[in-house]
Amino acid sequence: MKFTMSWLKDHLKTKHKDIQIIDKLTDVGLEVESFENISSDFDNFKVAKIINAEQHPNADRLRVCDVDIGQQNIVKVVCGAPNAKKGLLTVYAGPGSVIPKNNMKLTVSKIRGVTSYGMLCSESELKLSDESEGITELKLSKYSDKIGKNFFNNKTEKVVDLSITPNRPDCLGVRGIARDLAAAGAGKLKSISHKNIKKNGSQNVKVSITKDKDQGCTIFGSCLIKGVTNKESPKWLKEKIESLGQKPISAIVDITNYVMLDLNRPLHAYDADKIDNEIIVRNSKKGETFEALDNKEYKLDDGMCVISDQSGVLGLGGIIGGTRSGTGLKTKNILLESAYFIPRSIRKTSKLLNIDTDAKFRFERGIDPQSIETGLLKASQLISQICGGKISKFDIQKITQYKNSEIKFNTSLFEKITGFKIKDNEIIKILNDLGFKVSRKKSELKLKVPSWRPDISQPIDIVEEVVRIKGYENIETIEPEKNRLKDTLNKQQKLFHFLQRSVASKGYFETVTWSFTDSKINNFFKENLKEIKIVNPISSDLDVLRNSIFSNLVFYLKKNLDRGFKDISLFEIGPIFKNNQPGEQLTVIGAIKSGKISRLNWNEKERSVDIFDVKKDLIQTLMEAGYDKQSFFIRDKSPTYYHPGKSGSVYLDKDDIDPVAYFGEFHPNIIKKLDIKTEGVVGFEIYLDFLKDNKIKLKDQKSNFKYSDYQKSERDFAFVVDKNYKAQDLIEIISSIDKNLIRSIKIFDIYEGENIPDGKKSIALNVTIQSSEKTLVESDLEKINKLIITTVETKSGAKIRS
Amino acid sequence: MSDIKKIKDEYLKKLDNNLDIESVNQIKTELFGKNGQISNSFKKLGSLPNDERKKFASDLNLIKEELQEKINSKLQEIEIKVINSKLENEKIDVTLPEREIKPGKIHPVSQVIDEISSIFSEIGFSVEEGPDVENEHYNFTALNTPDNHPARDMHDTFYLDNNKEILLRTHTSPVQVRTMLNGKPPFKIIAPGRTYRSDSDQTHSPMFHQVEGLHIDKEINMGHLKGCLNYFIKSFFEIDKIKMRFRPSHFPFTEPSAEVDIGYELKDGKIVIGEGDKWLEILGCGMVHPNVLKNVNVNPDKYQGYAFGIGIDRLGMLKYGINDLRAFFETDYRWLNHFGFDPLDVPSNYRGLSR
Repeated sequence: MKFTMSWLKDHLKTKHKDIQIIDKLTDVGLEVESFENISSDFDNFKVAKIINAEQHPNADRLRVCDVDIGQQNIVKVVCGAPNAKKGLLTVYAGPGSVIPKNNMKLTVSKIRGVTSYGMLCSESELKLSDESEGITELKLSKYSDKIGKNFFNNKTEKVVDLSITPNRPDCLGVRGIARDLAAAGAGKLKSISHKNIKKNGSQNVKVSITKDKDQGCTIFGSCLIKGVTNKESPKWLKEKIESLGQKPISAIVDITNYVMLDLNRPLHAYDADKIDNEIIVRNSKKGETFEALDNKEYKLDDGMCVISDQSGVLGLGGIIGGTRSGTGLKTKNILLESAYFIPRSIRKTSKLLNIDTDAKFRFERGIDPQSIETGLLKASQLISQICGGKISKFDIQKITQYKNSEIKFNTSLFEKITGFKIKDNEIIKILNDLGFKVSRKKSELKLKVPSWRPDISQPIDIVEEVVRIKGYENIETIEPEKNRLKDTLNKQQKLFHFLQRSVASKGYFETVTWSFTDSKINNFFKENLKEIKIVNPISSDLDVLRNSIFSNLVFYLKKNLDRGFKDISLFEIGPIFKNNQPGEQLTVIGAIKSGKISRLNWNEKERSVDIFDVKKDLIQTLMEAGYDKQSFFIRDKSPTYYHPGKSGSVYLDKDDIDPVAYFGEFHPNIIKKLDIKTEGVVGFEIYLDFLKDNKIKLKDQKSNFKYSDYQKSERDFAFVVDKNYKAQDLIEIISSIDKNLIRSIKIFDIYEGENIPDGKKSIALNVTIQSSEKTLVESDLEKINKLIITTVETKSGAKIRS
Repeated sequence: MSDIKKIKDEYLKKLDNNLDIESVNQIKTELFGKNGQISNSFKKLGSLPNDERKKFASDLNLIKEELQEKINSKLQEIEIKVINSKLENEKIDVTLPEREIKPGKIHPVSQVIDEISSIFSEIGFSVEEGPDVENEHYNFTALNTPDNHPARDMHDTFYLDNNKEILLRTHTSPVQVRTMLNGKPPFKIIAPGRTYRSDSDQTHSPMFHQVEGLHIDKEINMGHLKGCLNYFIKSFFEIDKIKMRFRPSHFPFTEPSAEVDIGYELKDGKIVIGEGDKWLEILGCGMVHPNVLKNVNVNPDKYQGYAFGIGIDRLGMLKYGINDLRAFFETDYRWLNHFGFDPLDVPSNYRGLSR
């Protein structure tokens, strides 16, 4: 909502300076988006007289002038203008002022050793003209008695742009803004004075509002103005329209716009000669069409509120008029419409037809239903003034009676909500100033809500009105109490934060990517999940919700590879979506690693990343989160986007149904299709929702500290097993032989090739044996050795390698 | 006697020379070997008369000890010399680079969420979450924003169905609704999370992060709201002197509503939060609308309180001098490295938000 300060003063009698008004607007909740010229306080520019001009002691081209700036103040100003002579009347800008041309802020400064207090301005610096040769020369005759007075009067329009919240339709008109300011003490609201206008004859175009279901129009007021001469608007009106950046069209259109901007009372002017007999306000029928003033043809559905005549639709009520009955410079007779349309109906129709107009914006928020006549009065008066013509009596058709809503307000609610107290009388005064009718019964107020405030319906609305006018600065600051009702984070949240930092600490950069993704990439990773389309995506390559954490990660991996990075470790923790209902989402960590380990390193051999890099990161992360590695179980099942032979899943326990994580190399086909070029791409993913609560908690007492000081022995074994035989099974067999003696098992070699039959491999292990009761003698060790070999051979079909 | 004295002097002198281990061992043999001079001298003992024998034996033992000691210290001396000269040759260039360091990073959004959680934890808020996919009721209607409300236009909503019933939440406020429906007052929660609006330019991103705050109890008024946010903003920016302004505004789900501005100035093109003469809007808040309380079965005559919503990404941008919102979500390795945080820098109450 734009308006000029001078327009505001049509409604507000105020002594407040512009900047105070701007602050007040902010204080009452009318957010100032911009105020042109706000940075240059024009009061700083004074008419001044040079009473002496001397050569600057240190500069040929400069002069030091004694300048009379009024009220017996003489200041020294250093000036470089050739025309700075004794006796000249000019414009002086004091320290602190901002020069309009370059927004430079003046300070007291030394120029070549002489202190200069302010500046004498050229016309170009004041943006009066392009004249920049010398300082402004003012006519003696006009300005000799104005020394010390402000040079600028309010001739320059200062435009304020407000961002009006949807609850305040009343402030879409200048008068509403003035009313708020007046209530807040920034002046007095001027009353509207209507000259009596002559109304001759009746409005003889018949108007009817049909009683259709959900009729969108409840009041239709009109008057006929006969014998007008439409023309260009007079200067004052043009300037008003232009000051808000709009283009004047013709007097009649400009007047309706002016009344709308002034009072938030939209009007519509029809060329009465183009109306076929009568006006019928009714619901549209499916298939009806009309050409609107935006020169588009609209095809209507059932139940839209239209203004029609006997030939058909003239316009969409409260949204847009039609070309058939539009006014032009040749228009002789006008039918002026001032109506009330129901916001819901306006919103529904404009959404369906996708029309956005100024009128729609206003009616949708709620127009004052009691401003029908005021609007007709003001507009018809202006029209007859400017264009001539005879005004008919007003015709007001209505299908419902408007009644002001009433609220009972207990003044104690104010303190209860705001935390501070004001006197009842002050509450009443504020409400009166805002247009409420107030009657009082002890501490209960009976309020009649002004018709222009459709947003006010209950006591809490009254609290808001009073507190915003009184000022939010009156609310005291109550220091927060530092007691806690509940733990800050629940277990799942703690896990989230822990895992996030645990993964990062292993050299991964955390990223945050969209929850949506490109369906083409998502397809590689979605497995059996349903694709979740976004009806209105921001772009065609972000068209679905992600079914996997990897679709965006691989996309951005490629981007970074293309940027020239090679060894990349990225991870994200966030939602993936199983379906499109609330809650059908999982929280997942996805990590991805590419390139080499120890690339170009002087003391380590470089190698490509492999799945045991990510397996380590994954297992260590789970261990750090408190899960017992001893019970982890690895299977070679994994989603299809992994390399079928180089990937696996992790179960917290052998008997678990759901894995908590996957790891592996990505499927080479996908990597190829995505055109990812690097030495290796591996990754892992952890499903937070499947991570059970830890059985052992950090806060629990630890088990007793037991240890053995008896001698440890180590024995090496090499077993030849089938190539597909799993090391995990071998370890399980050995460790379960004697849990008391076998302390640890390490695999130190896997060998295939010479001396090993085809389809077989050799697994070499080192077993640490220690008793907690005695030092084992050679025969004990020999016994357990044999037991290990026979057990493994029997249970796994392995053969000990001699 | 003079013989053994002679031997002693001769060998002590010899041992003063610069010798290697072999030479010392040679001397040892010459003295104490089977036919060594000292060994031989002992053999003479038997042939001596009784009165001389005792004296000679005592002298010989002294000499033996003295020589042995000399030999031992000589050997030690040589060993140290040998080690030292060996170490001299083992010197390596310690300025060569260490083995590969791969530091990890935490995204600024995550860091800021942890900072926010830590601050609100101190004043008794707990963290709640809600789904990213919401239905129209929780996102709008229950929040006093009915279908025909123009405020809905301000949320450019992503829809997942043609009936516009399932959507991506446009704010974290539906968590308020879910929290209150699932519990009993009092409520004192924050809800950080992802939010979505179909809007994309320098300052808007189709996904961004918000933190919702809600405090409902019997006597929570606007003064508490002011105090809470005042505390939060000072703690978050880690600045004591910071100008703050509450100004009336409108949100359908709060009444009275306010927006909060903080003071800033521009220094070298960067926004510096504090006492500057410019205002920057950073959050919206207000007293929870009685209609919202009714919608979640909380009696507005008994309970009241405030709610607020803060843009997390924007807070991070302001605090850490990040200019472009979109860069948050573009996964540029250089950006993540530059603006990311060390994973060990966990914001907490006792060690402070930042180093």
